[in-house]
Formats: sequence, structure tokens, C-alpha cells
Amino acid sequence: MDMIMHMIWNDAFWFAVIRVTTPILYATLGAVIASRAGAINIGIEGTMLTGALMGVLFSAFTQNAWIGLLASMVSGALLGALLAYFALKMKSNIVLTGIAINILSAGGTIFLLTTITGDKGISTSLNSKVLPNIDIPFIADLPVVGSVLSGHNVLTYLVLVCIVMVHILFNHTALGLRIRAVGEAPESADSVGIDVFKIKIIALVLSGVLAGIGGAFLSMGYMSWFSAGMTAGRGYIALAARAIAGNSSVGALFASLLFGFADTLSNYLQSVQIPVEFIHMIPYVITILGFIVISIVNNKRELMRKKRQLG
Amino acid sequence: MDLKGCECKVAEIIKMDKITKIYPGGVVANYQVDFSLKEGEIHALVGENGAGKSTLMKILFGMQRPTEGMIYLKESPIVMKSSQDALNYGIGMVHQHFMLVPSLTVAENIVLGSEIKGKFFLDQKKAIEVTKALAEKYKLAIDAHVKVRDISVSQKQKVEILKALYRGAKIIILDEPTAVLTPQEIVELFEQLKLLKQSGHTIVFISHKLHEIKKLCDRMTIMRDGRSVGVYEVDKVTEQEISRLMVGRDVKLDIDKPEKHVGETFLDVKDVTYVDELGKTAVNKVSFSIRKGEILGIAGIEGNGQSELIELVTGMKKPATGEIYVRQQPISKLGIKKIRQLGVAHIPEDRMETGIAPKMDIAANLIADKYDNAPFVKNKFLLDYKKISEFARALISSFNVKTEDEKTLMSGLSGGNIQKVVVGREFSSDSELLVINQPTRGIDVGAIEFIRKKIIERRSSGNAVLLASADLNEILSLSDSLIVMNSGHIVGYFPDASEITEEEMGLYMLGVKTQTTEEIRRACHA
Amino acid sequence: MRKWKHHVDLFELLRILLALIIAIGVSALLILITSETPLYSLSVFLFAPFEKLKYFSNVLEMMVPLTFTGLSLCIVYQSKNFSLIADGCFYMGAVAAAFVAIKFVMPFGLHPFVAMAIAGIVGGFIGVLPGIIKIKWQANELVSSLMMNYIFYFLGLYIINYFLRDPQASVFASYKFSPTFALPGILEGTRLHAGFLIAMASVVLVYFYIYKTKWGYELRIVGDNLNFAKYSGINTAKVLVVSQFIAGTLAGVGGAIEMSGMYKRFIWDSPPSYAWDGVIIALLTKNNPKYVPFAAFFLSYLRIGADLMSRRSDVDNQIISIIQAVIILLIAAEHFLAKWRLKSENKVAKDKYITANLEG
Repeated sequence: MDMIMHMIWNDAFWFAVIRVTTPILYATLGAVIASRAGAINIGIEGTMLTGALMGVLFSAFTQNAWIGLLASMVSGALLGALLAYFALKMKSNIVLTGIAINILSAGGTIFLLTTITGDKGISTSLNSKVLPNIDIPFIADLPVVGSVLSGHNVLTYLVLVCIVMVHILFNHTALGLRIRAVGEAPESADSVGIDVFKIKIIALVLSGVLAGIGGAFLSMGYMSWFSAGMTAGRGYIALAARAIAGNSSVGALFASLLFGFADTLSNYLQSVQIPVEFIHMIPYVITILGFIVISIVNNKRELMRKKRQLG
Repeated sequence: MDLKGCECKVAEIIKMDKITKIYPGGVVANYQVDFSLKEGEIHALVGENGAGKSTLMKILFGMQRPTEGMIYLKESPIVMKSSQDALNYGIGMVHQHFMLVPSLTVAENIVLGSEIKGKFFLDQKKAIEVTKALAEKYKLAIDAHVKVRDISVSQKQKVEILKALYRGAKIIILDEPTAVLTPQEIVELFEQLKLLKQSGHTIVFISHKLHEIKKLCDRMTIMRDGRSVGVYEVDKVTEQEISRLMVGRDVKLDIDKPEKHVGETFLDVKDVTYVDELGKTAVNKVSFSIRKGEILGIAGIEGNGQSELIELVTGMKKPATGEIYVRQQPISKLGIKKIRQLGVAHIPEDRMETGIAPKMDIAANLIADKYDNAPFVKNKFLLDYKKISEFARALISSFNVKTEDEKTLMSGLSGGNIQKVVVGREFSSDSELLVINQPTRGIDVGAIEFIRKKIIERRSSGNAVLLASADLNEILSLSDSLIVMNSGHIVGYFPDASEITEEEMGLYMLGVKTQTTEEIRRACHA
Repeated sequence: MRKWKHHVDLFELLRILLALIIAIGVSALLILITSETPLYSLSVFLFAPFEKLKYFSNVLEMMVPLTFTGLSLCIVYQSKNFSLIADGCFYMGAVAAAFVAIKFVMPFGLHPFVAMAIAGIVGGFIGVLPGIIKIKWQANELVSSLMMNYIFYFLGLYIINYFLRDPQASVFASYKFSPTFALPGILEGTRLHAGFLIAMASVVLVYFYIYKTKWGYELRIVGDNLNFAKYSGINTAKVLVVSQFIAGTLAGVGGAIEMSGMYKRFIWDSPPSYAWDGVIIALLTKNNPKYVPFAAFFLSYLRIGADLMSRRSDVDNQIISIIQAVIILLIAAEHFLAKWRLKSENKVAKDKYITANLEG
């Protein structure tokens, strides 16, 4: 136990927590937007993976990490649009469509990588770029806080901007109001002339773009290469984190941090005398426990709300 | 049917010409319907459920596109691809199921779709101001700040009307607006509608309550089986005539009911209290009993504990205190299957929600309560499809279900035929207590008559019947005796239902009158 | 009416066939674009499995796990659950079978069946978990099952690593299975094993379960309308738990059979993810076990074709996943070709209405 405490009271640990949280947070924000629009985007997993590959491919070809990021975002947008088109226009089951996107990405990325570079499963022959790390003036010089908060990848800081933007979107813009209306009562939205399809497609495209950035972080920040299946279920974890977050962007931050903490802990614990497989389970176990607890809390809260309404 | 002779000087603001609508799946909802509106009138659209009124209005509001036919606005043809187009043409609609977003405020709901923007973000203050001004102008008092999920039904209706007005609607369609209101609220609504008429709005009033139409409307269009069967000036046609046109024959209102012969007590409810999940005492110390061979009606305004009481008797809910006895056996600890085995059949309030499996065929639906007994099971666990089909075909013909065969899916049947399947299933078990909630809600007249006759038949052959219905006429004419509920209590017991008038019952239902404890205690026959 | 229903069924079949053709067409196009020897690659992909008995038997061998996960998902979807726990069940079934194969000493003939039984029980108990969590706490089963799949994958790895791992092996591998554990072959000169027969027998059994027994009837009622099932007196929680148990058992048995039919050691350091194929099969068959062998054959034929192609030419076998994705997209799309159907239905409906209401 002492050893664990020692581990946790360590700036490198918290630096790692933030780093590990970043991709989950992008995916969770993406899941929040989709969920607000009344859709479950299970395709986030695949969208991230495709985003990761696109970032690597395009940054290698153009030798510009930012163009790589843009490619990740565009690929995310396209997959979001694909999901929206099939779920809404073709009346597909959205879970099945999401599964199709995941299968497409899991195999498609390998197929694409092999076809273009001949690499099997990992982009070793590509000279891809990474996005820069940023030292924050003033904060960087502070003891402890500086070494935890400064020096992260630019995308880690961008995700904070994204949290604020998602919050503003839902609370202070017409688009956000419409997304909420479409998600909660699509027929009502339609009856006041809101183009439900258009709003949902916008929401799912935004969701895909965020997942795409999350993927770009994995291959151009967290790592400096693409490897097959490198998302390792982060898109699925985002769905659980979304449920824990209860559709709020600030909640998304805390739910993602929960996972980031668990995952970092499991990385640190590998030196301890516990079988490594159990340590790998920790993030998933914590996520599922959090998910169950929040389901119970939500049921209770809904009941209380109804009670209050009765007076 | 011919109106050429009348003083049609006022211009037709809307003309729908030979509208046909076929839904995916092949339901013909409208067939060559003509419909027109004169500027500044209140126009009633009447017809039974399923006559095609709602579809026609959805077409007028751009929510559905006609398969064939044209719509003219002030004589120029218009094509509407969405309700936005309809709103742009000045057509608004208040739906039967409100089209509101519960978690948004009243003001947000009103501006939704045409929001008021500041420089970058929404101007929420302005939205609230606009809502208040509009509410004042049309005397539709409402609090703009509260979330819609926290307001009452009649307030929600006001929000809907305001929404239409905010969008500049000149023509407002109201789909059965009175179905969800109390009598006082209906009076208030009519005042507001007349005010709108005076300010030059044209109103379509969908209803099947004839006395309301007489009170409010100028002209009416009557629909039957997807077609228009005529347009009339309301004051030039009698209720009897309208009724005949709606159903295509004269409705027989009174029911043949032989003398009752009561037997022993079959159901005994003793001091039953039920507290719902929200902590509300929905049923409060209720006691009564039913003997074989009689129909006991439960009357009351919806939401006063009738539905809960029905579900307690059928085991769908469990009492907090008190006990329910069927054949002298306590049932509060028993599962639904056991209660059914004691001889309780149940026709549920909402047939689509609880009464059927829509994607399965008629035969499968008819055996849901008896699939695991002989003769439908052979070798202990295999279904005997031959026996099931025979059984289903027999029921389909004896209950007059209109269908090709027993393999048709439930989702392909009309409301009346679905209800016949439900009734057929429940009446074909060997049950001796029939617990029935809203037996004829939303179905065609033919099916209504048929089902009522079947209920009387079962009672006369010695079954006990517990009947709840929102249709006062139905409950008064079918029941032998009657209890009235208010706020979870029994407030009145009438041993002879034929002695009480609709008006007097209304007073009990509203809680204005209450009987003494002794009088109510007569509901228990020990 | 009879004719009309028939016509719609035929339409559904045409729709599925067309989706399959489009999916293969898309992949053919990709091969033609990316390959240096496009026509050769394509012909290997489409026809090579028929070249030799061995290849064709590979197709049949591959059908076995796909059939089991397909049946499992058919049951899961019949109950209107969206649990994907079958993946965890399959993997853990294989791990359990490996345990039995290595640790138990048993006579030939009995050994694999004991392994299947234990794997089935393990799979069954895992299979009910998302359902129980849903019944007890209303937690979405899709999300919880995805998380659990990871947990069980690590648990399986732990069991192999700590109890069964062969330290002599240079890569991840368990000790060798006992020879008594192997299922007998059923076709001379191939690896096709008795598991194929068990798979086909399972198809019949599951079909009987869903469509001929009272339990299957309960399952279908529960899946169609839960409230109605409760109202009818059906013990819905029991039906859900039992059906998820059966689904998990099928996946678990599938994992065990794969071990005893195809492998000498446990070497899966990542889950083979046959559950996703199960999803596709359930979709193609509309959850009817009767058609599962056909769908499983189709998918495994494509897999073997793609494998042969990637061995002989420059096209990666992952092209299969593109085909699979296109199939899911098109078949799940209710509106795919719906306009054709609508037109013909409209005409029939209008004629019917006219005869019913306007004549006579």
C-alpha cells in the first residue's frame, strides 16, 4: 500500500494520467454529442483507429503533422456521415452500422497500410510526424504543478478547449438547442421545421471529428507510429464513460480521468507482485463498476425528480 | 352532400383535391378525399378512429406527402415537403400527442426552430419576453421560464398553440384537443379558440364528440373509411344524422341485458392500499367484492386509481397493505401465472403496450396465456402447431377478426381487430373473473358493439366481471352495480347502475359528493 | 394476399443476394485497383477454395466456430438483447477446454466431451452476466458486455500464463493437449473434424428450441414485447437468464470444439473475435437458425478465399473485413431497395382497398 501511495504522490504519475486520459476524453466528448442527438455511436472505436492511420499516412506524405491531423478529422467526419446516412436515410440499426464501421476500420486500416507501404500491421517504414509538445509559460516554472500540467502534447490542451466548446454548444447556441431537441423528441423537432436528418448528421459528423482527433493523438502524440488495433477498446470505454458522464462535457472530463487514472495505475503496478493480467483488467473493471453505479444513481435520481414534480 | 346551393361567399383559403395516401406496408389511409377551409371559420373534421382524419391533417401540415392529389392555398397549388413548408404557408398544428421537448423551457420550446439569436449566441431573455407578450395578446397565461416536463397537460396545450402563433400560423389544426382536458379546461379552450377566430384565424377542430362540435364549429367534414362522406353546416344537421354518416348505419345505443342472477362471491378486495414508486398512494383502503354473474363497473376520471386497482387484482402490481382474495384464496403473494390459473382473465388498458406481441402472428398471440398446457403442448415441451392453428382459426371466426388467416402478423391488423384478438384470447380461457380495462377505446363501432355483447354474454353465463372504462355511457349501460373512485378512494357505491344518471355520477367523480362509510361498505357482500 | 406475402419474402431474398453481390463487387473493384496481378488475384479469391479438397475442407472447418457464434447471436438477438458477450464466452470456452485438455487424464472419446461440457457451463455463466446487470440495475448490456469481453480476455490470458503455459515454447503457447482430447477427423486427407457434425446438430437443436418448444415461444414473446410477456404470466427474468445462458453455452462449446478439432496447443494471445461474424450471421439469417449454415458457409468461403489470395498474391486478406462491413451496412439498411418494394406494394394495396370498399 505504501508503495502505491508513493507511486501516486509523484508528478510523473499525474503527468501520465493526463496523457492517458486525452484520447479517451476526445472519444467521450464524441459519444456525448452523439448521445445528445439521440444516437449511440459505437463506431467511435473504428473511427479513432482510422483517424490514427490517416494521421500517420498524411503526415508522412506531406511531412506536416498538422495536415495529418486534418486528415484524421476529415476521415472522422466521413465515418460520422456514413453512420448518419445509413442510420437515418437507410433506416439501419445504428448499433449494427457502428459495428460495420468498426469491422471496416479494423481490417481496412491493415489492408490500406499493407497496400500502400507493404508494412504488416505497424507503420515502421513510414517517416510520420508527431504533433508538438507545448511548455506553458509561467506554469512550466512552478514546482510539481509545472511538471504535471506543462509539457503535454498540443492535443491535450486542445481537448480542454473542446470541452468548453461542447458546453457552449449545448447551452448557448441554436444548433445545440436543436441537437438536444432532435435527440430528446425527434418528432417534436420535426414538427417545428427542424431538419432532423441534417441536425443528426451534423452531430454525428462532429462526433466523428472528435474521435478522429483522438485517433490522431494516439499515432502522432501518444505514439509516433500506427499499429493495428492500437485503439484497444478506447472507443468502447468512451461509451461507458459517456454514460457515467451523463451527457455533460464537464462530466466527460471526470469520467475520462477515472479511466485515465485506472489505466496509469495499472501501468505503474506492473512492477508489483500482482499478475500482470489482473492489472490490465483494472481500467475495465473500474469502468464497468462506475457504469453500474451511475446506472443505479440515475434510476434513483429520475425517481426523485418525478417525486418532486408530484409535489 | 351537395353544398352548391349554400351561401359560399367567403373565399376558400385551403382546398385539398382528391387526396390519396397509402402508407408503406399498404394501409390506404385516405382515398380521393376533398377537403376545404373558408377563411375565419372553425371547421370540424369528424370520423371514427381510423377514418383517416389524422392522416389528412398530417398531409395538410406537410408531415406526410400524399400519394396522389393536390393542395391549393388561396387557389394556387402548393407542394409541402416538410412541416417547415406548412409553417411558411401559415399552417400550424397542435398534435394530439404534444410535440414538445420536455427538458427545454416553455420559451425555448416556443422559439425552437426559429430561435432568436444575439451576436453569437442565443438571446434567451428576448425569447422569454416574446413568449410573455404573445401569451398576453391571446390570453393564454403561461410561465415562460419553467421546463415543459414540469407543467400540466392543459398548459402544454397552450404552449402548443402559442408555438403555432409565434410562427405566424393563420390556419391552426387541433387534433382531438379536448381528449386530454377536464370539463372546465374544455370551456376555457373554447373561449380561447373563439378569440382566435375573431382575430381572423382559421381553425380545424378534429373530434368525435358531437356536442362539442355543435357548441364550437361552423362547418364540418365527415370522414369514414378513409373517404370524405360529406361537408355540412353544423347547425343544419342533427347529431343522429352525423352519427349515421360517420358509421354508415344507425348506431344502437342501448344494450340488451338479461336479468342478473348472482352467485357466490368470487373476488374479495379487503382494505387494499397501493403506493406507487413515486410514493403516491394511488389506491387507498379500497374494499369491495364481486359475485358471479354480475358486472361491477369502476368509474372515475382517469388517474384516480382505477388502473392501479385493475393491475392489483390481476397481479401486475402488489398491494402495500390489505389482501385480495380470488375463490377465497389470498393472491398478493402469487405470480401472474398462478393468478391466471385461479381463473382471472385480463383485458389491459393499452393493448399495444401490454396486450399483444406485434411482430408475431395471430395464432401465437391467441395462445399467450395457455401455450404451456394441453392441447397446445405435446411431449411435455413441444408446441403442437396443428392444434394451435385449429384453435386460432376457430377463435378468428367466432370473434369475427377480419384477416386472411391465423398466420397474419398482429401489426398488420386494425385497432378493432387487434382488440378482438385480445378479447378472444382472454375470453377463451376457462376464467371466471374477467378484469377489463377500456374494452372499446379507439376502435370502430362494429367492434365496439361486438365486444360489449361478448362481455354481457359472459356475465349472463355466470362469470364475474370487473370493468373500468373512461366512456361513461359504456360503463353505465354495461354495469350491474358501480363504484366511483376519486383520489384513490371509493367515494360511492351504487348497487343498481341503471338508477344513476351521468350528471350525478359526474359529481361523485369530481369529488363534489361522497357517500357515507356505511353506504360504501355495501360494496362488500360477505 | 397469399401471393403478396410470398412476393415480399422473395423480395427479401433478392435483397440479401444483391447486397452480397455488391459487397463482393466492391472488393473485386478494390482488388483490381490495388493488385499488380488483378485478374489472377480476383480469380484466386473467388474460386481457389474449390481447387482442392483441402481448401474446400478449410471452408467447412472455418464454418464450425462461425456456426456456433452465429447461433449464439441468433438467440441473443431473438431476446432483443444487444449483448456482445459471446466473444468472451467463446474465448473462455476455449481456455476452459485447454485446461481440461492439459490437466485432465481421460479416455479417448470422453475427453473432448467433458471439455465441451465444462466450456459450455463456463460460457453459459459468463453469458448471463450482462443480462443480470441489465435486469438488476438497468445498465445497458451493449456497453457492459464490451467491457466484460476485455476482462475475460485478460482472465483467460492469466489462466494460460500461470497454469498452462509451456516455458519451453518460444512464443505464447500452452503445453500440448493430451492426445485423447482431439476430436476424430471425418474426411480422409483433410482436417475436417467431428465438430462439424456437432455444429450441424446444434443448428437443428437451436431451431427446435426457438421455433418448436414452449421455451422458444416464451423467448420470442419476451423479445417482441416484454410487457406483454409479463402480462401473460411468463417469468421474463427467467426466460432472459436461461436464453442468455444457452447463447453463452453455445459460444463456449464452440470455443472448446475449435480447440479439440483444430489445435494442439492454446495459442490465442488475442481473441479470435468470431462474435462479430456471429453478428453478421444473425443479421443475414434474421435470427433464424435454419439459415445459419448457409451464412456461415458464405462467410467462411470468403475468408478462405481471401487467405489463399493473400498467400499467392499481393492482396492482403483483410479485404474480407471490407466485404463484411458492406454486407452489414446494406442488409441492416431497411431502405435498401425499399422503393422497389413500396411501388409494388402500393399497387397491391390500392387494388385491395378498391375491391374491399368501393365495389359491391
